[in-house]
Amino acid sequence: MASTSGEGLSSSQSEASEAERWASLIGGSAMVLMGLRQRSLRGVLMALAGGGLIYQGATKQSTIQQAQEAIGMNQAIKVEKTVTINKSADELYRFWHNFENLPRFMKHLKNVKVYDDKKSHWIANAPLGQSVEWDAYILEDRENEFISWASAEGADVDNSGFVRFTKAPGNRGTEVKVVMEYNPPGGALGAAIAKLFGEEPEQQIGDELRRFKMLMEAGEIATTQGQPKGNG
Amino acid sequence: MKAVCWHGANDVRVETVPDPKILNPRDAILKITSATICGSDLHIYDGYIPTMQPGDIIGHEFMGEIVDVGSEVKQLQKGDRVVVSSIIGCGQCHFCQHQMWSLCDNSNPNAWMQDKLYGFGTSGIFGYSHAFGGYAGAFAEYVRVPFADFGAVKVPEGIPDEKLLPISDAFPTGYMGADMCDIQPGDIVAVWGCGPVGLFAMRSAYMLGAERVIGIDRVPERLQMARDFAKAETINYEEIDAGETLKEMTGGRGPDACIDAVGMEAHGTGLGGLYDEAKQAVRLETDRPHVLRQMMVACRKGGTLSIMGVYGGFVDKIPMGAAFNKGLTFKMGQMFGQKYMPRLLGYVLEGEIDPSQVFTHRFPLEEAKQGFEIFKHKKDNCIKVLLKP
Ligand SMILES: [Zn+2]
Ligand SMILES: [Zn+2]
Repeated sequence: MASTSGEGLSSSQSEASEAERWASLIGGSAMVLMGLRQRSLRGVLMALAGGGLIYQGATKQSTIQQAQEAIGMNQAIKVEKTVTINKSADELYRFWHNFENLPRFMKHLKNVKVYDDKKSHWIANAPLGQSVEWDAYILEDRENEFISWASAEGADVDNSGFVRFTKAPGNRGTEVKVVMEYNPPGGALGAAIAKLFGEEPEQQIGDELRRFKMLMEAGEIATTQGQPKGNG
Repeated sequence: MKAVCWHGANDVRVETVPDPKILNPRDAILKITSATICGSDLHIYDGYIPTMQPGDIIGHEFMGEIVDVGSEVKQLQKGDRVVVSSIIGCGQCHFCQHQMWSLCDNSNPNAWMQDKLYGFGTSGIFGYSHAFGGYAGAFAEYVRVPFADFGAVKVPEGIPDEKLLPISDAFPTGYMGADMCDIQPGDIVAVWGCGPVGLFAMRSAYMLGAERVIGIDRVPERLQMARDFAKAETINYEEIDAGETLKEMTGGRGPDACIDAVGMEAHGTGLGGLYDEAKQAVRLETDRPHVLRQMMVACRKGGTLSIMGVYGGFVDKIPMGAAFNKGLTFKMGQMFGQKYMPRLLGYVLEGEIDPSQVFTHRFPLEEAKQGFEIFKHKKDNCIKVLLKP
């Protein structure tokens, strides 16, 4: 991994190679250390995607971040998790790319509606029976390899993330890596939403990826809900 | 339906519970015709398996008739007579496709519980605690069988249940124990534990080409069964030192392979045995590794230890120096049922082996508690108990 990012860093300094550099960083786990400790994931992903709509978002983001830092609310929840799935990258990419499929294995999501190939609307279950909603945009989309997204301005929960599909060695399928960042809003609701992914966000994302794997490999998600039990 | 529910150490009760339902498209519902208590059920009965919850239906060695199938079940139909693997495998993950069924990635909804203790989750097992999936077990009138196309093996009519039932668990466990020994011409295989799994391991060792097989136990009836059923030579470790005797019996070399068919509740002798019992009782050690230690010392240099007895957590005072300096190979794991079941069914149908010989006791399901007591204390020459719903 380190050598991958090293190669990227030593290449030329054109804008294209800047994108390449982020791409190679995202390729390794160094990405989380570099990208998430020092800047927001959104910043990294936007730098990677570059241009247009996304650039606008990037400048907005810095304002949001400054404001959050000023009021001590910059408590972003950052998670990174990888799972290997015994299926081809294109099959996994196709399933994930239709975000409406995600609630099938992501328990915190209630519903996702896809408007077009960039924009979608997400509704998540927040604690205490509440729900939170936001629009999200696809930032970068490389077929069978990589999808990154970020919430639009004014989201209840400012969030961004990416999923990357890499061929695993020796017919072991595809390595699926997910990195997500959530910036809960302030106030009482914020405190509740901070727990959108429970007490242990890594565990939650890990469980969701495990369910994704079950669904893709085995065709169903293992369960014991609804089976008989004695009561004494 | 009636089912045997666990409520704590030495406390199992026959209760009336709802019938199981199809919960996933690859499920089948089985009407159980026979089930049997396995040695590893005793670890549950004795309260040593963590993540059991009061009310859990136990039992994992069983057979019966398919009465309902989910929409994605392709190989089975209502009315099929089947023996079911105690291990649940999805058939599609890397491990299932490489015949390592008990390592399945997708059959355990509670794999996260094992992540912390074991690093990775393993397959689900029927009636075998929540860490192993929390699946309702088979000491009941009906059971739900997930991924039924892979776990349920069709068997012909006209052969009594007793001949086929051990293919569910005890026979493949013993067979895998022998298979992992990579038996070469001239090999002598020692098997610790002359219960059903040990007996099948001994028979299997011969089937796989062992020159001699030695069974080790302390219960005279079980040693007798090892001689009768498995044609093994035997050692009663309470009467003579097993390690020294094995050396003498093997020309001073030691057994080429040693199979542990006992596991975490081994009975030790002397100080070591007392030490383990005391530590396990106060929960300073989860498992009693007496057999494991003895095998590590007794095995010949460069030999193989094949561990089929169940271990759950931590063991203490392991003679690692012996294992390392003697260059031993360790192989172990919950059995890969689906890998072996068709082959073993073949042996039974060809008459090469009659597994029904291990059954000494028969009880209706309602008397499961009595079955557990007799089996646990090896009363009345008990080797294996058949339960009939
Ligand atoms: Zn068993
Ligand atoms: Zn599997």
